[in-house]
This record gives sequence, C-alpha cells and structure tokens, in this order.
Amino acid sequence: MKRSTFILLKTLTWIACLIPLAILVWEAFTNKLGPDPTATITFATGSTTLNLLTISLAITPVRRLIKPLGWIGPWRRLIGLFAFFYATLHLLTYIALYAGFDVNAMINDIAKRRFITMGVTAWLLLLPLAATSTNWAIRKMGGKRWKRLHTLVYVAAVCGVIHYWWQVKPGVLAPMGITIILAVLLAARPVLDWIQDRKPRRAYSRT
Amino acid sequence: MLIGKHSDIPSSLITPKDQYLNRRRFLRGGLSGAALAGAAALGIDRIADVVSPRLRALAGTKLETVKSPLTTTGEELTTLEDITHYNNFYEFGVNKDQPAKNAGVLPTRPWTVRVEGKVKTPKTFDIDQLLKLRPLEDRVYRHRCVEAWSMVIPWVGYSLSEFIKECEPLSSAKYVQFLSYYDKHVQKWSNESTIFWPYSEGLRMDEAMNPLTLLTFGLYGEVLPNQDGAPVRIVVPWKYGFKSAKSIVTVKFVEKEPPTTWNQQGPNEYGFFSNVNPNVDHPRWSQKTERRIGQAFYNQRRTTLMFNGYGEQVASLYNGMDLKKYY
Repeated sequence: MKRSTFILLKTLTWIACLIPLAILVWEAFTNKLGPDPTATITFATGSTTLNLLTISLAITPVRRLIKPLGWIGPWRRLIGLFAFFYATLHLLTYIALYAGFDVNAMINDIAKRRFITMGVTAWLLLLPLAATSTNWAIRKMGGKRWKRLHTLVYVAAVCGVIHYWWQVKPGVLAPMGITIILAVLLAARPVLDWIQDRKPRRAYSRT
Repeated sequence: MLIGKHSDIPSSLITPKDQYLNRRRFLRGGLSGAALAGAAALGIDRIADVVSPRLRALAGTKLETVKSPLTTTGEELTTLEDITHYNNFYEFGVNKDQPAKNAGVLPTRPWTVRVEGKVKTPKTFDIDQLLKLRPLEDRVYRHRCVEAWSMVIPWVGYSLSEFIKECEPLSSAKYVQFLSYYDKHVQKWSNESTIFWPYSEGLRMDEAMNPLTLLTFGLYGEVLPNQDGAPVRIVVPWKYGFKSAKSIVTVKFVEKEPPTTWNQQGPNEYGFFSNVNPNVDHPRWSQKTERRIGQAFYNQRRTTLMFNGYGEQVASLYNGMDLKKYY
C-alpha cells in the first residue's frame, strides 16, 4: 500500500487505542467515575489491557486465514505495546490507589493474594517484550531468538485471564467471554498449522 | 458503571452542597430533626417528583426524628445519590447498580415482623406499630463493606434492644436470627447467584442488646428506599456490612449460633462475627485499608479502624476471644 495510507491507518489506530484513556480522563474531570472511582479505573484499565492483548493475538491467525490482509502484521507491535501501556496504568492504579505506595503492604499482597501474584507475573512477562519491541532489538537478537522470547505473550495473556478469574467473587462469570475468545485464538495456531502445513503423502520416503 | 447523569436533574432543583451540608450541621447541632429533615428532604422530594422514575423510588415519607447521643460525629456524609445507587442486594441482581433499578417491586406495605423461637409468646408486629414503638433517632454511622469500601450514612431508627424488650425472650435465648423477605416470583434476579434464600443473619444476644445495634427504618430523615432494605432492617456498625440484614420479616430467638447466608457461601471468607478488623485479612484481600465511596479517586484510601471505630462501645463484648479464630 501507499506509505501515506499506512501512516493514516497507523494514526487512526493510535487514536482508537487512546480512546479508553481519554474516556477515563474525561470521566475523572467531570466527576463521572461513579461512587467507587478506584474500582472504576482499575476495571477500565484491566479490561482494556486484556482486550488489546487479545486483538493483537488475533492478527496472526487472521493473516493466515485471509491472505489479502497480510499487511496488518505491523499492527501486532503497535497494539501489543498499547496493551502493555494499559497494563502499566493498571499496575500504577494498584500501587498508588490501593497500596498507597506502601511497600510493605505491596510485598504482603503479592505474597498472599494469589490474584495479585498472578497479575504482577503477567506484567513482568510483558516487560521484556515491550523492552525488545524495537527494530534495533530484533536485529540485535536475531529473528529466531526474538521470536522465541516473544512466545511469552501467550503465557502473559493466560496469566492475565487467570488474574481476572481469581479476582472476581466465587460464582461470578464475568471473565468467561474473554476466556473463550482467548482459548479460540490460542488453539487457532496449532490448528492452522495442522490444516495449512500438512505435508502431502508420499508413495515412498526420501532420506 | 455510570450511576447517574447530572443532566437528568435541572440544576435549579439541585440543593447546593453548602446548603445541605449546613442543614446536616444544624441537625447535629440541636434543632428538632423533623424540621430540618423536612427542609433537606424538600430538595429531594422536588427532584423526585420532577424527574426520572429511578429517583421516584427515593421519594418516601419524611420521618419525625430526634437527635441521638449515639450518633457518630466528625465524618462527611455520603450523598443520598451514592447510598441509593451503590448497593449489594443480590435478590435484585448482583451488580451494584441493579437494586436501584429493580427493587421497586419490593412490596413494603403491608409488612409484618414475626417474632418467634425462645420467647414468652410468639408475636407479630405490624410495621406501623414498630415505627411508633420508640422515638426515632438520627444516627450517623460508618458503614464498612467486607469488600473494603465504606460510607457514612445518616440512619433513622432506635436501638434493637428496645425492640427485644418487647419480644420478651427467654433466658435460653443466646442468639437472635434475622430472616429477610424472599419471594422468587417478585425477586426474579435472585437466581443470578448461587445463594440459598431467604437471606439469614444473626447476632449473639449481647451484640443484639448493645445500644449501637439499630433497628432501622430510614435514612436522611426519610423512610428507607427499597434498595437500602425497606421497610425495616438492622444496622450493626462495627461489623462488615453484610451482617446488617435488610428487609426483615422474621426475628427468631435461638439457643445455638444460627446459620448465616454468607458464612454458608464461603465459610473461610465470611465468619459469624465478621467484626471490622484491620488485623484479620480476608483470604483474597487485605482489610487494613478501605475506599471511601464518593470521594475523588486520589482521596478514597482510608485506614480501616478496629471495630470500624466503635471499639469503645463494643470491644468489651469480645474480651478473651481470639478474633483471628472467630473472624
């Protein structure tokens, strides 16, 4: 495609990814964060993280299924980085508004509340991915090593979903939707491998 | 998550904050509760008459009240809007905005409270009888939910101990059990959760007789809105909010510790006593701090007080008890 089209589409994506943050900021200034604004901010940043992570993981299966959409490849990094951005906001909300910057309280929480342990784990898994997202890093690491490191994104996504399940009250089914979508996306890769790369049967084997 | 749109209410009808805060100060200062509750409620009544059906659920009868030495001072009141639109009342749905939308179907008249169990004679009280049993007091109490959020609510009622005197319990009565209204045809949302209804709660006899325990009929000088547990509930301010049973239909005096709903749902999360205690964590979160509802997001965090700040009046009830064991 034309370079100008590419830039336009990327710009629109930037804007779309910033909308959840813009809404939060607007609600904060107009006092519309609800009776429990801490909980509102936490939920908004957390769900945006999971949604963006899921969208970024959907790109490769879509490219493989719909060949003409091959050009969306570069969007994985952009959306993935925005997922990390919202994950960081989510973490900062915990640090500032829940823990009040109390280090002892945080150590206690991370050690004892399993959903927080899982959440911090998910963020720590995303951190090296964000750090090595630059073209420079890809070149320095070499494609193969870089690809292997970035398989951690699947682990991070699973950790994120478990974090959500462990956070809600027993009996609440809110995380079910995103769980199913993510499960389908994670299963899509080996399934597509099997369908698309199946070797043709040979009459005799070759060494 | 949006609770209300400010555009719903014409600004000319909104009581300016400094005016209603002044009215609150007056209330605590010593004028007859009735006149002031009426004046403050006037703003609320006008809003309710003019706008959305949602707010009409709030338009209740004004109650004649007197001030009480047992009221809590020094706390900023939570707004009526927040108190009536942020509720855990799972019979009407598990989301906090659902009771305000759905509790309109709760039939609050006719209403009776049945007293049974270890009593001289079982009795049935009509709600209007109960309203006249003792003078109604304005009691501001802190309200601390087990979920680590809190409010400050101006309740209206009288000490449960006064009602218990009328019940004439036998000496074999060691606990009081409270059963809430339940009708699966009316409260259709009650199957959104896996809870067994009706909602059951209980107190030890000495906890029930403590003057702080409030048989509650109203808030902000008006009858309880449905979503807040109309027409009669209890409020036990030193315990987590789920102990303050709503919409009570039965009071039963029993010998053994009665089963309570949340303890049945999660015995390792919700104990019978459930005293507010920053030193005893909930399995899934710390109880050392709480988020005050209605504050700006940077101003919500508060330290949780032992017994929700009512230790002076209730700590002696638990002398010698290991509160980590009896959570």
